[in-house]
Amino acid sequence: MSSPPHGPQRVFPTTRISVVEAAAGSDPEARRRAFDTLVAVYWRPAYLHLRLKWNLGREEAEDLTQEFFARAMDRGFFEKYDPERARFRTFLRGCLDHLIANVRRDERRLKRGGGATHVSLDFAGAEEDLALAAARGSEDPEALFHREWIRSLFTLAVDALRAECLESDNRIRFEVFARSDLDPVEGQARPSYRELAAEFSLPVTQVTNHLAWARREFRRVVLERLRELSGSDAEYRAEARELFGMDPP
Amino acid sequence: MRRLPDATVAHLRRVADWPELPGDRYEVLEAIGQGGMGTVYRARDRVLDREVALKVLRPEVAGPEWTSRLEREARVLARLEHPGIVPVHDVGALADGRIYYLMKLIRGQRLDEFARTVTLSEILRAFLRICEAVGFAHAHGVVHRDLKPSNIMLGAFGEVMVLDWGIARVAGAVEAEPPSGTPARAAAEGEDTAPGTVLGTPGFMAPEQATGAVHLVDERTDVFALGAILRSVVNARPEDNPIPRPLVAIWDRAMAQDPAARYASVGDLSAEVTRFLDGLPVHSYREPALERVARLYGKYQTAILLVLAYLTMRLLFLVLRGL
Repeated sequence: MSSPPHGPQRVFPTTRISVVEAAAGSDPEARRRAFDTLVAVYWRPAYLHLRLKWNLGREEAEDLTQEFFARAMDRGFFEKYDPERARFRTFLRGCLDHLIANVRRDERRLKRGGGATHVSLDFAGAEEDLALAAARGSEDPEALFHREWIRSLFTLAVDALRAECLESDNRIRFEVFARSDLDPVEGQARPSYRELAAEFSLPVTQVTNHLAWARREFRRVVLERLRELSGSDAEYRAEARELFGMDPP
Repeated sequence: MRRLPDATVAHLRRVADWPELPGDRYEVLEAIGQGGMGTVYRARDRVLDREVALKVLRPEVAGPEWTSRLEREARVLARLEHPGIVPVHDVGALADGRIYYLMKLIRGQRLDEFARTVTLSEILRAFLRICEAVGFAHAHGVVHRDLKPSNIMLGAFGEVMVLDWGIARVAGAVEAEPPSGTPARAAAEGEDTAPGTVLGTPGFMAPEQATGAVHLVDERTDVFALGAILRSVVNARPEDNPIPRPLVAIWDRAMAQDPAARYASVGDLSAEVTRFLDGLPVHSYREPALERVARLYGKYQTAILLVLAYLTMRLLFLVLRGL
């Protein structure tokens, strides 16, 4: 699977400024990094949305996904975002629909390549997601967009947490977390605390402590990213409640 | 970047907030409720092979000061042996600092659900049992502070259980002499909730609690909540006949803004409800003459009808004999 243009450690802005604000701001470096984050989180939901809602063919959906983010960067789509009116992801989906409507109205097809700056995106992997969604039966495009958005958010958070743990002395904590919560495949039982303790040669208490720490850190990273990706504090809180069923601190 | 499968995403959403108890004695099974103060889980005690309830307080209620305070209070609560008070088995702090309680797992119906299916007198009898449990706690210096219908369960045989003593206040070790003529102030000493800290549930929270005036919190704070509960459950009942005005007067007085204007104790409140149930006048309500006649008729209906029947027969007998 190909990676986004910058490694996971570099995807997120280091400041706590909202990515949404940075994407619409005047600092070119902050803008570029904010766009990297937005592409990393939203490209897959956007691509699947085009495939499912607009019934676009693979090539056309790939082109328009690239085109969408290129236009958003060049033409300042996100400057028009008003947090009072909608959640950011709803606004972004609306921009995408608007782009398609324009393209169709003008009977203008984008040439493959189209002059847009391409980033490396794993469209083949997204096609696998689409096949899985089809296998699940009819799926509302909005629900699929939301599901893929959460998946992207969590995937980036796991990568960020892994990077943080490897840089610090927390490798074992991440390994216990990965073995317990990330590795097991569907239908396979997750290892018990005792099994994890035996596998890592740790006391059971240590296993529960490591797991508690890693899960707490994972939630912290997700919430940080979520805050950065939200247009307002109200949106952030509402999204956090939906994600974890609780108000964020 | 490895794509996370659906099952992993769902699992992460579930466990990101999952409590990990120290050791492996308890297995946390599922979340069974969420309230303002925290989340309740069903857990299994592997040693005793029984299910228990685990309540994990919100992260805001964390830290060494809270832990020591709640541990101290749990010790007091553990001594509150009453059939209407849920037993606390243990209290402690999770690895992430959140405070947890292990309690008996109660199965039954919540008071608000119960009230939607029964008559007024059944509601009032259940209410009196709630008052008994709360009054018992007050007698031991404990103020609940978060009484509400969802914190009260009723078992299959009508037994009442008051839950969630997690934010209860316990009198300090050095109890000051209460001012003459006022109830013992459960929280007069041991002021360990910072002024301005607001814990409780809007709608059932007394003004002194809602404004964070912790020095004013005492058993009359629970009297206020009980008045709010009474109002809530009486209004929830399925019968659509008018609510008796003495009952309204009872909860109005229990919910007075000024604690001094409320019933001085839960015992006084339950005595009023008992008087109402027995068809006696309640002290909080000045009864108009017509209502008094109606109440007396309702209370002595059988006797009045028997006397009237006797007098009618007697009259008929005299009339017939005179013919």
